[in-house]
Amino acid sequence: MANVNAPMAGKLLSIDVKAGDKVKKNDPVATLEAMKMQIKVFAPADGTVAEIKAEAGANIDPSVVIMTLE
Amino acid sequence: MNEIMQVITSNDFLYNVFGGFTHFGWQAAVMLIIGGVLIYLGVAKDYEPLLLVPIGFGCILANLPLTELIHVPREGYVFNDSIRELLAASGLLPLAEGARVVNEGILDVLYNAGIANELFPCLLFIGIGAMTDFGPLLQNPRILLLGGAGQFGIFLTLILALAIGYEKLEAICIAIIGACDGPTSIFITSMFNPALLGPISVAAYSYMSLVPIIQPPVMKLCTSKKEREMIMSYEMLQPVTQRTKLLFPIVVTIVTLLIAPSGGALMGTLMFGNFLRECGAVGRLVQAAENEIASITTLFLGLTVGSTMNGDVFLTAKTLGIFALGFIAICGDTAFGVFGAKLMNLFSKVKINPLIGAAGISAFPMSARVVHKVGNEANPQSYLLMHAMGVNTGGQIGSVLTASVMIAVIGALQTMGVDLTIN
Repeated sequence: MANVNAPMAGKLLSIDVKAGDKVKKNDPVATLEAMKMQIKVFAPADGTVAEIKAEAGANIDPSVVIMTLE
Repeated sequence: MNEIMQVITSNDFLYNVFGGFTHFGWQAAVMLIIGGVLIYLGVAKDYEPLLLVPIGFGCILANLPLTELIHVPREGYVFNDSIRELLAASGLLPLAEGARVVNEGILDVLYNAGIANELFPCLLFIGIGAMTDFGPLLQNPRILLLGGAGQFGIFLTLILALAIGYEKLEAICIAIIGACDGPTSIFITSMFNPALLGPISVAAYSYMSLVPIIQPPVMKLCTSKKEREMIMSYEMLQPVTQRTKLLFPIVVTIVTLLIAPSGGALMGTLMFGNFLRECGAVGRLVQAAENEIASITTLFLGLTVGSTMNGDVFLTAKTLGIFALGFIAICGDTAFGVFGAKLMNLFSKVKINPLIGAAGISAFPMSARVVHKVGNEANPQSYLLMHAMGVNTGGQIGSVLTASVMIAVIGALQTMGVDLTIN
């Protein structure tokens, strides 16, 4: 079980996986925009996407959990 | 009638009627190509198009013969409606030797309105100030030092330029390219050596657009893979209050201008723009500063700077040297920034990723993005962007401050009678 937090403050552009997807560590799972730059959020560990917790378009910061892996 | 026919068929007549062709020399041809290349880089390659397009077009305009739109080098001309002519007519002032009395062209008007007196770069600085969020810097103020470390490339280049025989004031104008800051370079050059305005501003803006290509190899050369992989968290950073953000531009203005009063134009306008942004009461002015005023100034600045690229002045070995030294300056800034960050790590408990030191130049926000990319390549879990942004804004303040200090030092030397003139 691992939380994928927003790595830094920004706007969540898209979530690039869906619940049930298997991901490996360092796979891109979401896209963030900060300072006019698109930044990929990478999975912190291997696992399966359990629940998507954030919505595309939301402004997020490191305290926000984007999704959980298990 | 016969007489007129004789005149019309004479060589002189044709020579004068088709003056555009007959005065077209090889320098003009080369400059038109250079202008075309600048426009191509801007339009097709998206390298700083906002600047390179007007500069390229201005360069083409100025190098078509007999257009009389602008007269460079300025010393070679006396303007018809200028007070100097009146003085000369009454025998009070000898005209400069070989100078030609001319009418002002439209680009002369722009030159006098905004380049000769350094107004355009300062108007741009209001816009830059209004666009810049110093929040990331204020969250971690010690990284301001890295914005200073990056400026050492300027001094390295200054020493190099002096060593290979550039005149003192020329060397300073060239070194300031290392700040990677177009408006500052233009400001310093128009103040100390307007003749080099064309090559220096083109070098500064070309290298700014090449930051994503120039910086990464230098950064990688100066760090080990392990250093690049280091993760910096955002947890230690507390959000700054609006009051801090509001006070920051005022305090910086007062402190830096007490240190270097002659930097007032640069620092004053940068911080004024930032204060407009942070005070929150003048939304319309912020809009105008970061959009309309910045756009209009960029347009006039680019066109006028481009038109100073007269073939006779531009096509010299000096220009090549300026490009070479400018390149060294930016590589130097990057390396000094990285080593500055490593030095900081020796003395502090909370370690930083040395890569962010490379953002201590003024190319904003490009340099911060480059740092993020390089860090992210080394370790996908590493997100350096906002840390690098802080250093990057520090670099902006750093380069303006360096320029201010240089102006102060040169001013003091000149007041004390030290000879800095260009022979």
